[in-house]
Amino acid sequence: MFYREAGDFSTTYAQDSQTFPIRFDRYRYYAVMALAFLVVPFVINDYWANAILLPFLIYAIAAIGLNILTGYCGQVSLGTGGFMAVGAYACYKLMTAFPEVNILFHVILAGGVTALVGVLFGLPSLRIKGFYLAVATLAAQFFLVWLFNRVPWFYNYSASGQINAPERTVFGIEVTGPNTEAWATYLFCLVFCAGSAIIARNLTRGTLGRTWMAIRDMDIAAEIIGVNPLRAKLSAFAISSFFVGLSGALFFAVYLGAVEVGEVFGINKSFLVLFMIIIGGLGSIFGAFAGAAFLVVLPVVLKLVGVDMMGWATDIVAHFQFIIIGLMIVAFLILEPHGLAQLSRLAKEKMRLWPFPH
Amino acid sequence: MKMKLATLALGAVMAAGPALADLVMPSLSYRTGPYAANGIPFADGYADYFTLLNERDGGIGGVPVRLLECETGYNTEKGVECYESTKGEGALVYQPLSTGITYQLIPKGTADGIPIHSMGYGRTSAKNGKVFSHVFNYPANYWDGASIAIKHILDVNGGDINGKKVALVYHNSAYGKEPIRTLEELANKHGYELSLLPVDHPGQEQKSQWLQIRREKPDYVLMWGWGVMNQVAIQEAANIRFPMENFIGIWWSGSENDVLPVGDGADGYKALALANPGGDYPIYADLQKHVYDSGKAAGAGDQMNTVLYNRGMYAALLASEAVKKAQEIHGEADITPAMMRDGMEALSLSEEDMAALGLPDFGPAFTVTCENHGGGGLGKVQQWDAKAEKWSVITDWIESDKSVIDRLVAEDSAAFAAENNIQERCN
Repeated sequence: MFYREAGDFSTTYAQDSQTFPIRFDRYRYYAVMALAFLVVPFVINDYWANAILLPFLIYAIAAIGLNILTGYCGQVSLGTGGFMAVGAYACYKLMTAFPEVNILFHVILAGGVTALVGVLFGLPSLRIKGFYLAVATLAAQFFLVWLFNRVPWFYNYSASGQINAPERTVFGIEVTGPNTEAWATYLFCLVFCAGSAIIARNLTRGTLGRTWMAIRDMDIAAEIIGVNPLRAKLSAFAISSFFVGLSGALFFAVYLGAVEVGEVFGINKSFLVLFMIIIGGLGSIFGAFAGAAFLVVLPVVLKLVGVDMMGWATDIVAHFQFIIIGLMIVAFLILEPHGLAQLSRLAKEKMRLWPFPH
Repeated sequence: MKMKLATLALGAVMAAGPALADLVMPSLSYRTGPYAANGIPFADGYADYFTLLNERDGGIGGVPVRLLECETGYNTEKGVECYESTKGEGALVYQPLSTGITYQLIPKGTADGIPIHSMGYGRTSAKNGKVFSHVFNYPANYWDGASIAIKHILDVNGGDINGKKVALVYHNSAYGKEPIRTLEELANKHGYELSLLPVDHPGQEQKSQWLQIRREKPDYVLMWGWGVMNQVAIQEAANIRFPMENFIGIWWSGSENDVLPVGDGADGYKALALANPGGDYPIYADLQKHVYDSGKAAGAGDQMNTVLYNRGMYAALLASEAVKKAQEIHGEADITPAMMRDGMEALSLSEEDMAALGLPDFGPAFTVTCENHGGGGLGKVQQWDAKAEKWSVITDWIESDKSVIDRLVAEDSAAFAAENNIQERCN
């Protein structure tokens, strides 16, 4: 009834090719953006920012990045943690080497550095596919973590091998370091997250996205119709790594503030982001958000319900978390292999016909 | 769906709001994951001591203690989540039992005005109270540990270890890397050769490290291990028949569950001790009466008398003594984190105080001051007797080499102060 194309007339090409062609979707999108930018900053507190919203936004950026590579271009990557580490360490080196430059540029540059590293590790993808590529990116994961642990230059020769984010400001407001306000860090990450999502969404709707999907669906056929696999694959690696690098930089600088590479950016992180896009839905920007929300919010909710409401022992709740999340992943893969995004797609199809399905 | 979750979570946060007068002690414990074997006894000891105070004395100074346990799994992200979720309830002091989480909490705690106590772990240079206003690491720290271990080796060798080879097997993290700088300085001073063997998290795979040890034949092996890494290292050392009395672990690598799985092979293994092991203390009678017998013991209630249970109890004891001090200074029973900080800074424990608390001849006597947040830096060496299945202390208190450590602490804390624009206090 509300969710339909009828009555929504496009009079220009711009209108015809907009991201959300259905009016209801468009308004919902505006409402979400308004809520995120205009309402949440005023009601947010430290707990909400640090336990839920910051990790959600940052993981969403990482999931968008990995989704471009794996979901759109079909190149399986297990190196996400390593690439996030590149972003974090690049950001750290830039922050300490050029303290006068705004942190905004450092984060973006950290993404750029990660893009270069991503291209480097993407080169094998021209020759190998599938499982073998997964193993090659796994090598990247281990190599990068080892590198940041081994070479003291990366952590400025600190005794503990940790990197600590110094205090930096944007427009005079602190966004890194211990004295930040919840709303400032939230808005800082939100800007990056929204920007990444808009850019990624539009890239995937354009020529570049179509070449990626052509490669994903059948690379030989794509090559025959004139898609350059070198450019398509390497651009996917570069852009994907750029977003992953952004998220790594934010994860270190804004969210955690101090990072130890082996623990924070280990293989677990790669799998976590991979689970996010699998549960959220491969090849969908909404899926990246849904997957990140699912895997960030669910443990917190389970903990709140188990420990604070039911008063169970903390270790029992922690074990239950493993079981429930594991079960849900398995259940999802069996019942809806295309993830949460597919559920929303189905819901939309139904909504279009509702209430007269015939 | 999202809205529902949000309201649910919000409701939970609200429901757990501040109650009437109580002293909130968060316990960032880990009872799951590869470090659980060591996390459980510590968490149990920490909880049981506060239960004892509540049951026997009605709390501290008449105010009951409310323990907030939060599972971190030794993971820094979960640690941050725990910190954020508990700090709003008036948490008095954080003892995360993880160097990684301590590093996270040092700036956060300082900004929020909540003290951090990293007892024998964390950032060593936090000893310098002039720079680290809210961080305490008494009674001893990693650099003290490194120096105590080397001093023990010196003692065994009649004061000369020139040309000896010492290997450090360490957890490849902030924790394990801490002692390297001190050991290097000490190598310059005493003329031993240091080789470094990192073991990656979680530490179940150490074949290559011990192969290297077999090849290089170091005279002594030091270990900075935690969790499952400890028992694997001790097993590997037994496998290559490394002389166990030349294998010395830090105080985090010297509990019963590190050596018991190795059996007879672990006999003679040495570890440093922050406090004396065993259960022959009057406090255990009180615990039995007020806690165990009434079924209020934390966890499975099977960890008593172990080294790490004692240490958890010791951590709780130091916290409660600081609370008493704070109550005394401010004349208020229901103290705030800021008062707690003052209490910790004024803490002073003598042998008599410890005896009065039911733990005679247990921990070292030490005094905390505004400049020195690290206590005296004393430690003992204990040795495992596999037949009797117990640790026996083989030295008296050894004091660390302050001539080396104080300079390093000053250097490192000055670097931290410069990085974060901190003005020195206590002047």
